[in-house]
Amino acid sequence: MSELTSKSALELAAGLKSGEFSSVDVTRAHLDRIHATEEDFHSFITVTDELALETAQAVDAQRAAGAEVHALAGVPVALKDLVVTEGVRTTAGSKMLENWVPPYESTVHKKVKAAGLPVLGKTNLDEFAMGSTTEHSAFGDTRNPWNLEHVPGGSSGGAAAALAGFQAPLSVGTDTGGSVRQPAAFTGTVGVKPTYGSISRFGIIAMASSLDQVGPMGRSVADAAALHELLAGHDPLDSTSLPDEVAGFLSAAQTSDLKGKKLGVIKQLRGEGYQDGVRDAFSAALETAAAAGAEIVEVDCPAISYALDAYYLIMPSEVSSNLARYDGMRYGLRVEPESGPVTAETVMAATRAAGFGSEAKRRIILGTYALSAGYYDAYYGSAQKIRTLVQNDFAKAFESCDVLVSPTAPTTALKFGAEADADPMALYLGDVATIPANLAGIPGLSLPAGLADGLPVGFQILAPAREDVKLYEVAGPLEAALESAGGRVLDTLAEGLRK
Amino acid sequence: MTESSAITPEQVEHLASLSRIAMGEDELNALAGDLTTILKNVARVNEVAGDDVPATSHPIALTNVLRPDVVGETLTSEQALASAPAAADDKFLVPQILGEE
Repeated sequence: MSELTSKSALELAAGLKSGEFSSVDVTRAHLDRIHATEEDFHSFITVTDELALETAQAVDAQRAAGAEVHALAGVPVALKDLVVTEGVRTTAGSKMLENWVPPYESTVHKKVKAAGLPVLGKTNLDEFAMGSTTEHSAFGDTRNPWNLEHVPGGSSGGAAAALAGFQAPLSVGTDTGGSVRQPAAFTGTVGVKPTYGSISRFGIIAMASSLDQVGPMGRSVADAAALHELLAGHDPLDSTSLPDEVAGFLSAAQTSDLKGKKLGVIKQLRGEGYQDGVRDAFSAALETAAAAGAEIVEVDCPAISYALDAYYLIMPSEVSSNLARYDGMRYGLRVEPESGPVTAETVMAATRAAGFGSEAKRRIILGTYALSAGYYDAYYGSAQKIRTLVQNDFAKAFESCDVLVSPTAPTTALKFGAEADADPMALYLGDVATIPANLAGIPGLSLPAGLADGLPVGFQILAPAREDVKLYEVAGPLEAALESAGGRVLDTLAEGLRK
Repeated sequence: MTESSAITPEQVEHLASLSRIAMGEDELNALAGDLTTILKNVARVNEVAGDDVPATSHPIALTNVLRPDVVGETLTSEQALASAPAAADDKFLVPQILGEE
């Protein structure tokens, strides 16, 4: 592994600024690393060597000419393949869009390009971001760099594996029910789900529109904070984009102190029934936080017990509506029926049968049911009321503490194939701790808190809506305290990868 | 949903037809089982909140998000048709609709 690929994004930014190395050096080192390791990890659906090097050359030239550039200019980034990239194939992990080259640009990619970050490629994901293992990608599984027999989590599994495998220093993911935070937990990296509306969803292929949010990912809290600052901000092209000012995430991560911070352990998510090692690591992290001056309290959020149920009605309902657009008429896959009449209707049915995988179909059918006349009030309507109750519980909890905390996921990374034996509801339980934040629209972050049985454990922090800075005020100093107590989680992996 | 009201493969067939997905018998049977399990678990959502609890459709309410009514950039028809499965005469070419020849 090259020295350049083991550096953090901010270390790379500093070295680029001082002229220690060029963006072409950095970008080439990461592309080399990707090509040397993709057979093992398969983090990417598409690698964009030429495009990345073009950007790197342009940034190097700008710097050489003394031009004013963005602080992260020249630092490479990987984009989840749910982010639309004009002129570069965007698949959403689905056969439906296997050959789709978007004719327009997402706001996220526009911002990344404008700031001069070379895009290494498009990372693997569960089809249309539906799943928590990447086993639902139409383009093969991504494997966890910690142990290739284990999943990297999902749906942003490729994005997280690219970070943990030192293929990219920064990743952009998306989080609808935990799809940034859970893979971050499974790979020993940092993933942030900002407040709903913090980062523009324009050009993010929609899964469940009232829950979807773009999330910055990195190998450290500060790296994720810097990327969050770059991506966030109001966008007139997204009517749900917040008009809030964005600043101070990075400085909050770097300069805050845990002294006097009140951390509320959510009673319903404190780890009962979770894997022993996960619970132990979470408790140990709380002790570390307390030793560093934080006050630990317990808070009660009873409606959270129903959050998973509400989510598995609201999300599929929105999925069934959003995925109706893939009808084989204007773009994407078109399949004609093998027999019988060829009409618009039979072509749609054949296209959707061939283009969608099993999880996409399951959610479309479930959502269609939940939205049917006669069931709408009992299912969708009731679920939306629970959403109100979850919001109210969080609002009350935040009256008595600065942030809320829990394990990010009940287990460490599962082995491949674990899904096959379980019923669908048992699998959905893996999202129990991450889903409430999406229902309520509040921001959440996962950072590594040690290992359990040789695999990373995630520690989740939740903050009030539109106060994302509070995530970083706690995550920054907590990361420092955990690292000085037990070392850096990813260093264990880096040593293994060097062998 | 009550214990007795399991989702049948016939119901799934109807839902599949509404959502325009062609499905074989195996798929219908498997999904009937999955849906029954999932709905049995999530059905308790209607036991929690009373009539006094308002529904939340959107986590952070923003109202009247409008832009000035001025002409902006759009895709050219060439761009829009570039990824179409079939196109003719500057239009999307689709299979027969409404049973017309």
